Amino acid sequence: MVAPMSGSTLSCVGLVMRFGGITATDHVSLNLPAGARHALIGPNGAGKTTLLNLLTGVLQPTEGQIVLDGEDITRLAPHRRVRRGLVRTFQISQLFDSLTPAQTLSLALAQRHGEGGAWWRPLGRLVNLQARCDELLERFRLTEVMAQPARLMPYGKRRLLELAIAMACEPRVLLLDEPAAGVPAGQREEVLQTVAELPADVSVLLIEHDMDLVFDFARSMTVLVNGAVLTEGTASEIAADPRVREVYLGETALGAAASAAHRAIEESGR
Amino acid sequence: MSAPFGSAQLLRSTRRWRVWEPLAALLALALPVLWPAQAPLLSEVAITALFAISLDLVLGYAGIVSLGHAAFFGMGAYTAALWAKHVMPDPLVGLLVAVAGATLLGLVCSATILRGSDLTRLMVTLGAALVLLELANKFDGLTGGADGLQGVVVGPLLGRFEFDLGGRTAAYYAIVALLMALLVLRRLVHSPFGVSLQAIRDNRLRAMAIGIPVTARLVAVYTLGAGLAGMAGGLLAQTTSFASLDLFAIDRSADLVLMVVIGGSGWLYGGVLGAVIFKLLHALISGWTPQYWTFWIGAFLVVLVLVGRERLVRPWTWWRR
Repeated sequence: MVAPMSGSTLSCVGLVMRFGGITATDHVSLNLPAGARHALIGPNGAGKTTLLNLLTGVLQPTEGQIVLDGEDITRLAPHRRVRRGLVRTFQISQLFDSLTPAQTLSLALAQRHGEGGAWWRPLGRLVNLQARCDELLERFRLTEVMAQPARLMPYGKRRLLELAIAMACEPRVLLLDEPAAGVPAGQREEVLQTVAELPADVSVLLIEHDMDLVFDFARSMTVLVNGAVLTEGTASEIAADPRVREVYLGETALGAAASAAHRAIEESGR
Repeated sequence: MSAPFGSAQLLRSTRRWRVWEPLAALLALALPVLWPAQAPLLSEVAITALFAISLDLVLGYAGIVSLGHAAFFGMGAYTAALWAKHVMPDPLVGLLVAVAGATLLGLVCSATILRGSDLTRLMVTLGAALVLLELANKFDGLTGGADGLQGVVVGPLLGRFEFDLGGRTAAYYAIVALLMALLVLRRLVHSPFGVSLQAIRDNRLRAMAIGIPVTARLVAVYTLGAGLAGMAGGLLAQTTSFASLDLFAIDRSADLVLMVVIGGSGWLYGGVLGAVIFKLLHALISGWTPQYWTFWIGAFLVVLVLVGRERLVRPWTWWRR
């Protein structure tokens, strides 16, 4: 398939992260081409979130290099990576509890468009940004709660706001950390649908435990075990890999999900 | 034409002028005439309110805890007093210099509040105020040391209004300064900059993840808060023609935190309300029991925090489950 040219590429080479004697990330290399739909899977404690924190700059790697669009960003501050289009969501919603969705999204948009430091012009004065804000509120089904402080919002809406904030940052590379984690069944569809509707030119790295979602969404994936890359490949290669199954056998639910997804892929292949 | 009700309309309605705001400003301007005997108290309350707002900007909006905000107040006061004594007596120029001095000090001190936890910030801000206190004590040739800085003569305001014994000029000076600061800050807290401070207070990690330069914002707000505190200090020195070591004192910083808590933090008028309530309680209770007034302030504070401000001002909810 032809990757859209407006997308962005993110890669890392030989990333190592040690906390004292523990190696949380062990020589991980990863390559996200433009327009990628890549999943990062692995059992609990495999180092998925640590890797995400390294890529976004929350943690500084002990060794290795991170490259965005051909430029080394290994030592770049987190907020500067965001300005270059590297945006993440959080497994546990990280919201501004006292701000409303309207304020939060307007702020993220203002920040993205270089208006974040303006102190005399009121927030919400720029018409085109507010039009975009309304669009996001609508698309993430937040219009009805836009005047509520985030701490009062129901859980599903909080997850949607989490995604909406990331989209307001206009990502070119989006790192999704378990977007469907803990979402009640009734609100799940909304979240999954918005993930599926992400713009095609955005490169996406998805971290997820839910194998249905992973195999629905990702075209390629990397399997992380004990901080190191076990294997990587296309969705069907990974589903067929006996080592991957073995890793997941310890975790019954996930193992069952993986084999269910595998069956689904085999059936759809026929 | 436009959407019936979108985010732009919603944001506009949150920053709309409320009816009581201009009325309260007019009342503040009328008070020195209505209540001339209490003019010195009025200017003291206005100055304290400005000081409390400066802390609320730092503590309530940006979430930076500080027990040493009096450092900037004292810096502004001594700068204004020394300027009037040694350079020139014009109050407005002196006030600008006081603000500049405190702002500079705030910029330097902002390096100390960027790292560590709330507890380390409490200690570091406390330490900075203690250092300044001892410096002012040590260089007594310049500051007058423990005797305070005397012989400060402030010229007439705008070259026309003398600071008289009745204190009306002083009261107007302080009240107008407070209202002007409120006008500017009202604009500021509704700007992207102001909202980004609240975002940082709520969730620093996420603020970073939407591209907000957290460190730069914290430095900016701490410096701004210091400058405003310096303005309050400068006003006090000019209206009382005096500066003394107790301006730097810890209990001044602590009282200030109490005022912000009483009035409501993260709310522009919380500082004003807190200062008014605090000073009125002080005036009332110390008239009745001069030695033990802090007991009643303490008791009030305990009740306020345990019951919660929301409930305390709504007595009809007290016996509802």
